[in-house]
Amino acid sequence: MADPNDLLISRRHVLIAGAASTSVMAPPLEAAPTGPSTAAAVPTLAVTFTVNTQPHTLTLDTRTTLLDALREHLHLSGTKKGCDHGQCGACTVLVDGRRINSCLTLAVMHEGAHVTTIEGLGTPERLHPLQAAFVQHDGYQCGYCTPGQICSAVGMLDEVKAGIPSHVSADLTARPLLSAEELRERMSGNICRCGAYSNIVDAITEVAGSTA
Amino acid sequence: MNPFTYERARSPAQAAAAAAQHPGARFIAGGTNLLDLMKLRIETPAHLIDVNGLPLDQIEPTPDGGLRIGALVRNTDLAADPRVRRDHAVLSRALLAGASGQLRNKATTAGNLLQRTRCPYFYDTDQPCNKRQPGSGCSAIGGVNRQHAVVGGSAACIATHPSDMAVAMRVLDATVETVRPDGQQRRIPIADFHRLPGNTPQVETALEPGELITAVTLPPPVAGGHVYRKVRDRASYAFALVSVAAIVKPDGSGRVALGGVAHKPWRVEAAEAELPRGAKAVANRLLAGAQPTADNAFKLALVERTLGAVLASTRT
Repeated sequence: MADPNDLLISRRHVLIAGAASTSVMAPPLEAAPTGPSTAAAVPTLAVTFTVNTQPHTLTLDTRTTLLDALREHLHLSGTKKGCDHGQCGACTVLVDGRRINSCLTLAVMHEGAHVTTIEGLGTPERLHPLQAAFVQHDGYQCGYCTPGQICSAVGMLDEVKAGIPSHVSADLTARPLLSAEELRERMSGNICRCGAYSNIVDAITEVAGSTA
Repeated sequence: MNPFTYERARSPAQAAAAAAQHPGARFIAGGTNLLDLMKLRIETPAHLIDVNGLPLDQIEPTPDGGLRIGALVRNTDLAADPRVRRDHAVLSRALLAGASGQLRNKATTAGNLLQRTRCPYFYDTDQPCNKRQPGSGCSAIGGVNRQHAVVGGSAACIATHPSDMAVAMRVLDATVETVRPDGQQRRIPIADFHRLPGNTPQVETALEPGELITAVTLPPPVAGGHVYRKVRDRASYAFALVSVAAIVKPDGSGRVALGGVAHKPWRVEAAEAELPRGAKAVANRLLAGAQPTADNAFKLALVERTLGAVLASTRT
């Protein structure tokens, strides 16, 4: 993973160190303030789930979030850690087809689950239609929120298809529209600090229009 | 996060019994609030009991024409249920006004009732907070308290309850069903479920140690226009400054509850007699005895105006 940009390398190392505070390298540091417990005493548990059609069995510190399991244990770093508190949506993945914040759920709570991350939606050779549309419409600047935006949009379009209403739906019992107002409300759990929102709406609208 | 042991519950009664056996245990369902608080070491359970595998995820009709909502029904599924949308629309509207799509997919009915305040001093472990550390003092009184309670507060706490769903449950007269560690079941009217802070703001509900919510039941549909109107600092994905849940009949009678103003969903049944006389009369009764601060006194006017908008919307 050689990166020609020193700045990026150092940022990545900072992020990895930050992410590890609830994961592999962390137990001695984490346990220290609470008293005499040691790394050996930290409870662990085995869990089996499928990620992007690949089954995995991991033995994890019970504190490990699904996000940290994906990034630090399975090395699927496409899913991003932003706020780590469910406020930004960068960690959005699909679990059994539904979009959730992977930072706010424990890996051990997902025995038998099917997880889809950005790596499972498309490949560089065969982009998912939403990935292609984000490129086409310039739906990002720095790109950090993009995997979460795209996973969220996949789940969101399925929710619209299932007829789930939103806060801005005028009629609770009618089939929801795919208006820009609806898309903006339904995507409000994904923050883009670069402010690419209007292009994100354009990208999703294009894909939504072709599948509606 | 502090280390914790973890088990998967096998039945509601077993979960409650396990909680009683492990001091400091917590149930985990959606986890969207609990894990946030655990990361900040505001919640420090030594043992987690995962209740997600329990068969409490169905919405069923009750013999009297109401609905029994399993404790694990996700907020998205409850809001989207055709019976809820048609017959209890104020509940769908309240749920859809809260959180984000991702959070609603995970958050549960019981967990929503049990979510904790978003008072910034409760979240800041460097500041005194009687709710987080009983006896340490309240930083919000005299602090930055624009978001805080205007009614029902105490000298120990002026935090608000953050739930939208609970405000709709209150206006619908829902009942919380539980099982206790000894296996006994009980039913708690929503009016008695959440507590005012008094001298013990750390005690937020009527639940006993180890008691597990199994369901929330709704009475038969309440006729009238169902409205949930939420006023907040941004258009989506924010907590209420003030919210109004109302069911109003064509003759102007009805019922109303407020969110964002108190330590619990705020309903004063006597105020509802004033509904035909308009928003000002209702607001005056609802907010009688209010003790706002300089920073949150705007909520009194906001309640009246939001109520006015709600009543106008039910007349058209």
